[in-house]
Amino acid sequence: MAERLRDLLSIEDLTAQQIAFLLDEAKPFQEFQRYLLKKLATLRGKTVALAFFEASTRTRISFATAASRLGADTMNLQAESSSLKKGESLLDTARTLDAMKPDCIVMRHSCSGAADFVARHLDIPVINAGDGTHEHPTQALLDALTIRDRRGTIENLNVTIIGDILHSRVARSNLHLLGKFGCRFTLCGPPMWLPREFECLGKRVRRSSKIDDALEGADVVIVLRVQQERLHEPSLPLDEYILLYQLTPERLQIAGPDALVLHPGPMIRGLEIDPAVADGPQSCVLEQVTNGLAVRMALLFVMIATGSETDDARGSAHAAH
Amino acid sequence: MLLIKNGRVIDPSSGTDAKRNIWIDRGRVTRIAPAEGPEAPPNGEALDATGLVVAPGFIDLHCHLREPGGESSETIETGTRAAARGGFTAVCPMPNTRPVNDNASVTRAILERAAAVASTHVWPIGAASLGSRGESLAEIGAMQKAGIVAVSDDGRPIPSAKLLRQVMDYCRELDLPVIDHCEDTSLFAGAVMREGRQSVRLGLRGMPAAAESIAVGRDIQVTELTGCRFHVAHLSSQASLDLVRAGKKRGLRVSCEVTPHHFTLCDEDVVYDARFKMNPPLASKEDRAALIEGLADGTVDAIATDHAPHEAATKEVEFDLAPFGITGFETALALALELVRAGKLSLLRLVELFTTGPARVLGRKRSIAPGEPADLTVFSTDHLWTFEVNQSASRSGNTPFDGRKFRGAPMFTIVAGRIAYRRGE
Amino acid sequence: MRVVEKTQLMSATEIDRTLQRLAHEIVEKSGGAANLALIGIRRRGVPLAQRIARAMHGIEHLEVPVGTLDITLYRDDLSKIASHPVLHSSEIAFPVDDKDVLLVDDVLYTGRTARAAMNGLFDLGRPSRVRMAVLIDRGHRELPIEASFVGRDIQTSSREIVEVRLQEIDREERVMLVERVE
Repeated sequence: MAERLRDLLSIEDLTAQQIAFLLDEAKPFQEFQRYLLKKLATLRGKTVALAFFEASTRTRISFATAASRLGADTMNLQAESSSLKKGESLLDTARTLDAMKPDCIVMRHSCSGAADFVARHLDIPVINAGDGTHEHPTQALLDALTIRDRRGTIENLNVTIIGDILHSRVARSNLHLLGKFGCRFTLCGPPMWLPREFECLGKRVRRSSKIDDALEGADVVIVLRVQQERLHEPSLPLDEYILLYQLTPERLQIAGPDALVLHPGPMIRGLEIDPAVADGPQSCVLEQVTNGLAVRMALLFVMIATGSETDDARGSAHAAH
Repeated sequence: MLLIKNGRVIDPSSGTDAKRNIWIDRGRVTRIAPAEGPEAPPNGEALDATGLVVAPGFIDLHCHLREPGGESSETIETGTRAAARGGFTAVCPMPNTRPVNDNASVTRAILERAAAVASTHVWPIGAASLGSRGESLAEIGAMQKAGIVAVSDDGRPIPSAKLLRQVMDYCRELDLPVIDHCEDTSLFAGAVMREGRQSVRLGLRGMPAAAESIAVGRDIQVTELTGCRFHVAHLSSQASLDLVRAGKKRGLRVSCEVTPHHFTLCDEDVVYDARFKMNPPLASKEDRAALIEGLADGTVDAIATDHAPHEAATKEVEFDLAPFGITGFETALALALELVRAGKLSLLRLVELFTTGPARVLGRKRSIAPGEPADLTVFSTDHLWTFEVNQSASRSGNTPFDGRKFRGAPMFTIVAGRIAYRRGE
Repeated sequence: MRVVEKTQLMSATEIDRTLQRLAHEIVEKSGGAANLALIGIRRRGVPLAQRIARAMHGIEHLEVPVGTLDITLYRDDLSKIASHPVLHSSEIAFPVDDKDVLLVDDVLYTGRTARAAMNGLFDLGRPSRVRMAVLIDRGHRELPIEASFVGRDIQTSSREIVEVRLQEIDREERVMLVERVE
């Protein structure tokens, strides 16, 4: 039994045991996605607040669907429709949501540490659905689940991450998660997006600005989205990026036929990834989406299905045949 | 009449470190004599300083009192009360008030207000450029007549070498020091902490140390060109320190200050709490070690607080959105004493850094001698206490040192012969 | 609080004999077993369902499919549990639509487990009939639920617990009556 999760703010704070527990809990929910009737009453009467202070479609829909399939209700807050534009502080907005008594807050925000900040000020459990350029814990969990399904393990793999590492919360969460299971990393991208300090985020992290070199021996290739708004700073011509860093079928051959290709989405075909790779047999992109549901269902189940009393409820539950 | 008896007088100006009695009358020191059981003066009070250090009055070269314009976070009254609690007898508020202190009428308004309500002397610093906008010179001469002690656009660097040269040419003739907030803003853009392992880990935008030292290098060359006195505000890196050290060696009139938070904390201490957000940001461990070395070897001239109060609501936001700065008056001495206890700084150097050091930056003298103004700081090196921000005299509580346990504290702060602060009151 | 063992209710041989009898009864009352499927409720219903299926095979060489149902997600007392329960997949490799389903569990008590199992089952499809077989019925029902096939009825008090221990899970084979004492 893993230590009780109060919030999920980062992967860095989790133990390997807690991560393994969450992945195991996600298994029945993977199965569940194949059911005819995709509706449980497990979280009936519970409310999940979805507070998205930054535009997001897939993560928000994934959490909303996960909550709904577990029978929970959702409260939706989107930045554009919220009072944020009127200058209300994050803390006031969060307190207002909290006053409506949801059972947890799922939060996406463009500032690193925003979920941590809210969790520090409120008692309600907070799930970080992406904070600035810090972490995106559920993305790393669903990536791990996908890798484990395909390869049978997430231990001691060679993982290559390609793209804007510096500004990527997906890269950080994956480094922390897979790093706890002995994976070796090669980070690849334009040099200004590859600060040396990333080598300090894990025991076995190396950098390479040459994609051919970075793909050598890779078991898993994680392609990051190129955030076009970042290209201006520092300025890098798009064509240059495509020429040097696009994952093409030829380049994927360097990694070999067993290498998996993951992408957190939204994916821009023809920019960071060649359509032939995106649709090819090594691509796990759609499994990632389905697994995202399973992971988020497991997380909501673990965090809000059970109570907080520490009485002998387990003992009596066993007797309740 | 006031008698301070039995104290250990440490006066760097004369090299004194001995037990003395000090008599004070009409705001001045009248007599100093070896301690041997004197009686209380017939018409005054005797303060027992047995076991305490008696130093010249502490000067803070760098603070923000927020008045006029920012009274919700601090006023001259509350700020100087906090300063007196921290042992300071004189503080130099930066000109970034609203309106900016860039002309004589603002300077006079600050000084009039200070005369009415301040617990300490207030020595204002005037803006170098109009509105601190970095475009054209402020009314520096007029402000000097009104009472400013230095010029600076603190909060912002002086943007161009050309403007800096004009300011320095001008101030050389007025014999005013020019204080620059050294920063290459193009490298700083959007940063909220020092660039390094921790900024990468937290996903916070980092500024490299070079953003400061590039500007320090430029400023020292302009100093060489103009012959002006130049002071680096809140210096925070080894590279900047090396430039100052080399400048001093060449005989330039260059000085610098270091804040208590920069010699106490480092970037690894940063968490998602805006009480760890200041500019310059907390430096690397290596830089911190270099700063401490500079404090000890004399390269650093002064410890300055950069006391920057912000009302709670503005700091209780996302790290990226919070304003820079922390309060510092009440913890400065206690943090410096931590260095003394760790054997990294002598007590004499500590006293220098709070007294004769900053005085010299301003072209002033600071000593305990008959006829001199009776500005004295009496402190304990042993007193155990815990800093509780809700007990602070400042109107703001934005400090990472809330709850820190300290050994050593100011016991009496004497400003112009009057007891401005007495511990326990 | 601790638990003391009071008496042994069934021995290994008695368990085996009871399961054989249940298998016969089921075949008899189902008019053959053509459309029959057994679904064991995790955990101890699972080996019991497998054993009954084996016994049925021995009777008429019937091949009855066996599935596993994890009812954790359907429990109505989750909010009373302080720690994270471990979830398992339900493994039912056949479509349950129009099947004659027999749920198998070790002990029938309040009926809440059976209720949860039926909820879980109906999320998978629409069986033509659902019945239940248990090794022990100890009474104290809180829901209108009865088993179609019962190995043994036992009178118990609510302080008592019936513990079915099976070789596959517990490395021993017997049924014990234990009691909680403060």
